[in-house]
Amino acid sequence: MLDIRNYWVVELAGIDVWITETIFNTWIIMAVLIVLAIIVRIGLKKFKEIPFGFQNAIEALVEMFNNFVNNTIGAELSYVAPWFFMIFAFVLTSCVLSTFGLRAPTTDYATTLAFSLATFFMMIVIGIRHRGGKYLKSLFEPYVVFFPINFIGELAKPVSLSFRLFGNMLSGTIILTLWYALTPTLLQIGIPAALHAFFDVLIGFLQTYIFVIISLMYIRGAAEE
Amino acid sequence: MEQGLATIMSAAHIAAAFALFNGAFTTFGQARIAAQAIESMARQPEASSNIRTTMFLGLALAETSGIYGLLIAIIMLFANPLVNIYISLMG
Repeated sequence: MLDIRNYWVVELAGIDVWITETIFNTWIIMAVLIVLAIIVRIGLKKFKEIPFGFQNAIEALVEMFNNFVNNTIGAELSYVAPWFFMIFAFVLTSCVLSTFGLRAPTTDYATTLAFSLATFFMMIVIGIRHRGGKYLKSLFEPYVVFFPINFIGELAKPVSLSFRLFGNMLSGTIILTLWYALTPTLLQIGIPAALHAFFDVLIGFLQTYIFVIISLMYIRGAAEE
Repeated sequence: MEQGLATIMSAAHIAAAFALFNGAFTTFGQARIAAQAIESMARQPEASSNIRTTMFLGLALAETSGIYGLLIAIIMLFANPLVNIYISLMG
C-alpha cells in the first residue's frame, strides 16, 4: 500500500532516474490537461462576443475561479490565480484518476511536498515583494528572542499543508486497497463505485479546495499586515 | 530473533491503535465546528456563504491532528524504522 511500484530505470548522465508509478501517472494527467488546454486554445479563435455552449462553460469555469481568488485574497494579489487554477486542475484530475484504478500522484508524499513548497516560496517572495523588509521583520516580532518560534511556525506551514492532502488521499487509497484485497469477488461489483465516489471524488474535491484556500490564506497573511 | 521482532511488531500495533485514538477528539472538535456553523447560518442566512468558507477552513485545520495520528499509525505499521534497527543490531 505504501510501496510505489518502479516501472523502469533510465540512466541520464550517469545518474539513475527511477520512473515510478507516480511519475508515470503524473505524465498521464499532464497529457490529459495539455490536450484539454490545446482544445480550448483552438476553440479560442472561434470565441464570440456572446458566449454559447462550450465557450460558456470554459468562461464560467475561469470566471468562477477568478472570483473565488479575488474574494479570498483581494484584487491586488489576484495575479496568483492561474497558478492555483493549475494546482486545482492537477489535484482534482489526480483524484479522479484513482477512480480508474490507477494510483493517484497525490498519494506520493513527493508530489504534495512539491506543491506545498511552491506555496511556501511563493509566500516568502510575495511577502518580500509587497511588504519589503517589514515581512522579514515580522519574523522577529514582538522581540528578537521569538525568532526561533516564528521560524518553526513558518516551516510548519508547508509541512501541515502537504501532510493534510497526502494523508487524506492515502487513507482513501488504503481503504480501497483493503476492500479489494479482503472481500469476495461478488462484493467487488457495485460497492467500490460508491467508495470511490466518496473517498476519491468527494473527499478529493474538498481537500483540493482546502489546499488552495489555505495556500491563499498563507499568501495573504504574508502580504498583508 | 523472531520473538524480539514479534514483540516490536505487537508494540507497534498497540501504539498505532493509540495514535488513531485521537480521531475521537478530532471528530468531536469538527462536530462542534459544524454545529456552531449551522447555528450561525440559521441565525443569519444572508451570511451563510461566508460562514461556509470559514467552516471548511476550520474543519481542515482541526483535521490536522487526526491526519498526523493516521500518518504515525501508517508509518508504524508499514514502514517501522525500529524493525530495521533491530535487524541490524542482531546482525
